[in-house]
Amino acid sequence: MAKTLYDKVWQAHIVDQLGDDSLIYIDRHLIHEVTSPQAFAGLNEKGRKVRRPEKTVGTMDHSISTRSLAIDACGPDNALQLHTLAKNCEEHGIQLYPVGHQKQGIVHVMGPELGLIQPGMTVVCGDSHTATHGAFGALAFGIGTSQVEHVLATQTLKQSRAKSMLINVNGKLPVGITAKDIILAIIGKIGHAGATGHVIEYAGEAIRSLTMEERMTVCNMSIEAGAKAGLIAPDDVTFNYLKNREYAPKDQAWDEALAYWKTLYTEEGASFDTVVELEAADIAPQVTWGTNPGQVIGVNTPVPAPEDFTDPIEIESAKKALSYMGLKAGEKLADVAVNHVFIGSCTNGRIEDLRAAAHVAKKGKVSSSVTAIVVPGSGAVKRQAEAEGLDKIFEEAGFEWRLPGCSMCLGMNDDKLVSGDRCASTSNRNFEGRQGRGARTHLVSPAMAAAAAINGRFADVRDYQE
Amino acid sequence: MSEQGFTQHTGIAAPLDQANVDTDQIIPKQFLTGVTRIGYGKHLFHDWRYLDLKEQEPNPDFSLNKPEHKGASILLARENFGCGSSREHAPWALADFGFKAVIATSFADIFYGNCINNQLVPVALTSEQMDALFDAVKADAAITITVDLPAQTVSFGDVSFSFDIAPHHKTNLIKGLDAIGQTLELADAIDAFEAKQPSWL
Ligand code: SF4
Repeated sequence: MAKTLYDKVWQAHIVDQLGDDSLIYIDRHLIHEVTSPQAFAGLNEKGRKVRRPEKTVGTMDHSISTRSLAIDACGPDNALQLHTLAKNCEEHGIQLYPVGHQKQGIVHVMGPELGLIQPGMTVVCGDSHTATHGAFGALAFGIGTSQVEHVLATQTLKQSRAKSMLINVNGKLPVGITAKDIILAIIGKIGHAGATGHVIEYAGEAIRSLTMEERMTVCNMSIEAGAKAGLIAPDDVTFNYLKNREYAPKDQAWDEALAYWKTLYTEEGASFDTVVELEAADIAPQVTWGTNPGQVIGVNTPVPAPEDFTDPIEIESAKKALSYMGLKAGEKLADVAVNHVFIGSCTNGRIEDLRAAAHVAKKGKVSSSVTAIVVPGSGAVKRQAEAEGLDKIFEEAGFEWRLPGCSMCLGMNDDKLVSGDRCASTSNRNFEGRQGRGARTHLVSPAMAAAAAINGRFADVRDYQE
Repeated sequence: MSEQGFTQHTGIAAPLDQANVDTDQIIPKQFLTGVTRIGYGKHLFHDWRYLDLKEQEPNPDFSLNKPEHKGASILLARENFGCGSSREHAPWALADFGFKAVIATSFADIFYGNCINNQLVPVALTSEQMDALFDAVKADAAITITVDLPAQTVSFGDVSFSFDIAPHHKTNLIKGLDAIGQTLELADAIDAFEAKQPSWL
């Protein structure tokens, strides 16, 4: 029977079959300070060891400041968490890239940069945006802390097989439309829980034409559609990205790996449980209007009314969202003023994202009513941006240029919003209170965020492309 | 991980009649700075439960704060409960607050698995069955609900609904097994798998 990419990666990792469940081998494990302390504490309590320390890599990203490299810059609780990670990595022989290290960064940005993620791997992290790494054709998914402990102790996880979903984005992507718009449009179409229980494979001409960084943006938000993971079959774009990266195979091992990676695609005639088709030409720059990522519209579409929905649950959540977001049905987004702009996160904190935002930032100054920050996803992104002079472009336009970290994506640090703030954000979640209690988040692409900063309200970024 | 098993639980329920309750709501990020698994219950549903940041002023309109739902050990919710982040702090907070089971129309995948690993029983019922449960609790907040895991039923008054749960999840909840201990017994299989891995991995 013809196999899907997911079938191939899954079958290659079965250590043992335990009834309906499979014991799956984990090739790469990424850890950070927030979801690992209790896992190590659990190991220590039972006197258990880390089975394969060299397969786990740690970084600090969530609880750190983006204004200061001091480990206690965000207070004693955050500092204790960071020190705990350092101590655990030290005791168990795990490579850690701490605050201030040149390879430090948001776990889903620095991992791929170092070549830690390769096609056909199984990758886990105590973080739901682990889905990002599916962009390499790796089966990558977020896990809870008990599972982090399980992976540390056994290098395996018990899993049951998910359903499969194929999402084809057909045709060429129009000018001004980005990977972020693709994934938001997908979530808008299938809904915020539309892929629950599924592993998605993204395919079609528009997906194949994306760079590696853009593919990561798409896969990153698979979880926002409820999916277990999102995959894109590896190709030359993938292989060229990986070649010569620090952890990528070298010499003869590279040739062997490459030969294997080339077998990782969905075979003709393989079947999926669900198939979704989208036309790239239909995608406009996206802006979320509500409090879940499925509540999203094109920038020129009026804010919907609860009555526009048929499902009673959607009607109810639209009512609640409009009230939380302080929006009225029929309102134009171009009339909605923002007072904060956040450019960064594991969704859109890579160099290409910053280039796209800088391209727009060059054309004006941040509106006097807006506070705008740019937070590179990693130390490497920061250095590259500075080498290209992007930091200067941002600063001259009135954006703050920060140190790498998760920052305002979730505000476990000193970058938070207060009640009533309205933010155009390149992150991935617009849940109530995500960026601060009572704060309103609108998810957009980096170029759209930069345009909102200049305008003080949402604007169609296509007006900024010559 | 708890090693006490779950078989049957009877208690009163708190209704949270909402879809898409995300883990940022269950336990907001400012409470994720702990390094232990305990003490998250007091921050459960912080933004909804308290009118102030210091948690001094309970919101009288929020279900969990209503006198009639005090002592509830079963939470009722709607579709896609626990969506969003993978934070296991969410089931830790629910369990620490005193919940033994969450009954909802559906659950987000990672959250569901996290519940299983923390002896918090996730029960998925149809939306009609959930309507009946919400109605029953609305009519009489003191009505007791029984979740019987071996029988896979939820019962209240003279109504009984059966629910689905994967056999291995059920066994783990009932026996309260140490999942890592079980896997460590398969060390030979893991060794054999590793021996066959290509050099570059
Ligand atoms: S940037 Fe945001 S979504 Fe990504 S890992 Fe950090 S907190 Fe999570």
